[in-house]
Amino acid sequence: MNMYVVVAVAILITMVLALIRALMGPSVYDRVLAVNVFGTKTVLFLSVIAFLYGRPDFLDLALAYALVNMVGILAVLEFVQNRSVKSSEEAADD
Amino acid sequence: MIDLVIDVLSWILLILGGSCVLIGGVGGLRLPNFYTRIHASSLTDTMGNILIFLGLMLQAGFTLATLKLFAVMLFLLLTGPTATYALANAALLSGIKPDTGSTNDDNTEESPK
Amino acid sequence: MKITQTTRSSQQGKARLSSIILLFLVLSGSWLLWSGLYKPLLIGLGLFSCLLSTYLAHRMGFFRHHKALLRQLPKLPGYWLWLLKEIVTSTLDVAKIILSPSLPISPTLVELKTLPKTDVGKVILGNSITLSPGTVTINLSDGKILVHCLTQAGAKDLEQGSANRRAAELEGKVK
Repeated sequence: MNMYVVVAVAILITMVLALIRALMGPSVYDRVLAVNVFGTKTVLFLSVIAFLYGRPDFLDLALAYALVNMVGILAVLEFVQNRSVKSSEEAADD
Repeated sequence: MIDLVIDVLSWILLILGGSCVLIGGVGGLRLPNFYTRIHASSLTDTMGNILIFLGLMLQAGFTLATLKLFAVMLFLLLTGPTATYALANAALLSGIKPDTGSTNDDNTEESPK
Repeated sequence: MKITQTTRSSQQGKARLSSIILLFLVLSGSWLLWSGLYKPLLIGLGLFSCLLSTYLAHRMGFFRHHKALLRQLPKLPGYWLWLLKEIVTSTLDVAKIILSPSLPISPTLVELKTLPKTDVGKVILGNSITLSPGTVTINLSDGKILVHCLTQAGAKDLEQGSANRRAAELEGKVK
């Protein structure tokens, strides 16, 4: 039982570290990387919580979160890329 | 007896997984620039995932939860590298130069390759 | 420019009935696994969404790319075991590097020729390289793969090309 708490705390600390990197990150890609780490750690955390409280339904949430996280990261990357292409085109116009 | 062995084995796996995750998080803060930080995140994404999910699967035994855990693990292992590749490739295309020395963020333009 | 090329190549070739059926079975299997409620209405909805997903995948040209998929399946477990061994050894290396106070990293770029010929084989190779800590695929185009390595030792291992060979073996002789 206690083992789950230890793992959950380790994952939580990692999430805090990822958040620090997301706030510090010099480039936008550092931030996206940190958010990606945060997302996968959320999936792990949900799975551990499912066993900590003995509620296997949480595994469904973990899967749903994994799906949403991946699509979200790809969407953010698409947005960032489009914006950088557009701004470089505007710079070329000037 | 068997129960105890399985418990101890899964605890070992969980503890190892937790430390892998933690080391990856520390590496994300310590490493000097973007392309090296990806390696730290892939440490938490692969080995941390595998170990923690294996530990949980041992605890669950032969139930539906094991199958679900395996499916989630497989899904994470299949999509994780794809997202990482998309991220690294986007950074490469946007002109962040992968340095071949161990420079910091400030002087990445120095060593084009 | 590149997008039009890939669309054109995805229009070539014929879809295989076996892979369509395989995808449909996998989809319905996961629906049954996850829903847990076996009432006519829910199973009907599941059947509908599985059929819709299969049709959408067919429209996307999904099956035209996956000619060798069925024949690759028996070889996958062996490949995964080998990959797991690689992941464990490289995890230990990277963990040691991160924990040592002096951070002994020597980032290196390596460009390799991909031995696998099909798109699926190339994706498997690229993802396996990214999956093992210490090496990340950052570009994959025209039969060349650009890999960023954390240390020069990792780069040397990669240049010996055992990952490349294994992925090509997985693909086998089938075209």
